Amino acid sequence: MGKVVLKVADDISTDIIYPGRFMATVLPTETPQFAFADHTDFNNKLKNNQVPKGSYIVAGQNFGCGSSREQAASCLKGWELTVIAKHFSRIFLQNSINLGLATVICPDILADEGDEIEIAGEVVRNVTKGKEFKITPLPKARQAIIDAGGLIPYTRQRLLMNKA
Amino acid sequence: MGMTYVQKVIAAACNRPTVAIGDVVEPEVHLAMSHENGALVMNQFSEIYKDTGLEARVWNPDRIAIILDHRVPAESSKTATNQKKLREFCGKQGIARFHDIRGDEGGICHQILPEYGYVRPGMVVVGTDSHTTSHGALGAFAFGIGATEMASVWTLGHILNVEVPGTIRVNVNGKLSPFVGPKDLILYLIGQLTAEGANFKVLEFHGDTIRSMSTSGRLVLCNMSVEAGATSGIVPPDTETQRYLREEAGVKDELQLMTPDVDAVYEKTLEINAARLDPQIACPHTVDNIKTVKEVANIKVDQIVIGSCTNGRLDDLAAAAQILKGKKIARGTRMLIFPASWRIYREALQRGYLSALAEAGAVICNPGCGPCLGVHQGALGDKEVALATTNRNFKGRMGNPNSEVYLCSPEVAAASALTGTISDPREGGR
Repeated sequence: MGKVVLKVADDISTDIIYPGRFMATVLPTETPQFAFADHTDFNNKLKNNQVPKGSYIVAGQNFGCGSSREQAASCLKGWELTVIAKHFSRIFLQNSINLGLATVICPDILADEGDEIEIAGEVVRNVTKGKEFKITPLPKARQAIIDAGGLIPYTRQRLLMNKA
Repeated sequence: MGMTYVQKVIAAACNRPTVAIGDVVEPEVHLAMSHENGALVMNQFSEIYKDTGLEARVWNPDRIAIILDHRVPAESSKTATNQKKLREFCGKQGIARFHDIRGDEGGICHQILPEYGYVRPGMVVVGTDSHTTSHGALGAFAFGIGATEMASVWTLGHILNVEVPGTIRVNVNGKLSPFVGPKDLILYLIGQLTAEGANFKVLEFHGDTIRSMSTSGRLVLCNMSVEAGATSGIVPPDTETQRYLREEAGVKDELQLMTPDVDAVYEKTLEINAARLDPQIACPHTVDNIKTVKEVANIKVDQIVIGSCTNGRLDDLAAAAQILKGKKIARGTRMLIFPASWRIYREALQRGYLSALAEAGAVICNPGCGPCLGVHQGALGDKEVALATTNRNFKGRMGNPNSEVYLCSPEVAAASALTGTISDPREGGR
């Protein structure tokens, strides 16, 4: 259970999630400080540790469109946020799976900032509104990467298999 | 059942006779491209090898290309250090296709790859840049990936867990009017499809307009296919593809020219009459917010940018020079030119395009991504308006969330420079 700490519209680009001017910063340990840097209020809350781990961002369609910059996924992963979106842009979704950022595809999601959210099996439960919304499962192919703990350990397994 | 072009490329890269849409496959990678973000790829690559007891070697240095373009010359010590690490890495790993900050062989990655003949029809090309879709212009299946995914490719030489995408067929017929070009066509198409209309799909371009279009124009279409969410944009290769690779890229070896099957199954087919297109413009802050130039004419413009991987080629500079030659850019409006590569820069210099532009008042900058993504030169001031031939106008894209970016063709950009306001090039500027 956690609260919605940020609600955003459709077509939120990686330029908004992680502005290009911070792209010289690449390491996942360093990117979180720039998450939603131009949403100053939200960024300040993150940096002042006012956003508990396990909180939710609720988004519309095509979340993470634009650049392939992986910083957009690593900066959110760093704060242990979960993104619930109507759907995601391809590269962002793949980056999130690879890095282990929790993403939930939920085409009918209705939630506002402050709402209590619970992920219960195949549904997102908005506890505040007393409503449930069905989750679209991730493609099965991605599950192997998630089960391995991300693409780095998964590739390492494959590498060692090849060498064996 | 017949296969689309991308199905054929993927099947070949998997050593399979056929693949079906939705199949999950691990195609061989023929070319893996990174730019400055290769620094992050290097980090993830060494993470993969951590505690394995194995020496971290890339699977095939001849299939990796690294091009410094996003922040050249470096704008900060941090960038310079990343670039230095990449330089050393390429040396150590034997990566010969490393394009450093040099006036002889430097440029934007999406121009260097075709220009040097690194991309061929039928290849699987991945790049840690969303505009890797560009290379579909030469008949490759080319798509953007993240840095960790690239580290995995550097390790294994295959891309894991690719789902064979469905394809939207785009038939374009009719002759484009004067001052209307490939940029107007792709902006119009993105407006029709919306920013997510082709998410997880491939756009396959056909029709007589495409057949008679130069590779430069096809690069514009495929480059911006990602702005409709497409995994890739592809022009099945033809005689123009061969001409470009032989004559301009100096490729000598045999080319593999596949075509989609006549009974290939498409998600849908769109028909566009190119003859009816007017100059198009993408308005702030999404690329699918498309209007005709007429609808937004007279908006005051502070900065005009011609360049980028989308529209920084020789024909783009020629079009702008033709409009601006012997004239002056309006006071209060500044114009920045970023040729897509140093080969283009030198050619434009020789043909007098750069002097015509500079004499009109334009600032000629070095080839590179420049202000397109707001990390290097040409940032915008508060409440300023930019008109650019680049590919994205998201809020904050050019480095300032309190500014606006409009996207257009080089012809519209040049005509607007004369008036200082968004102008239709068919009206000859002033």
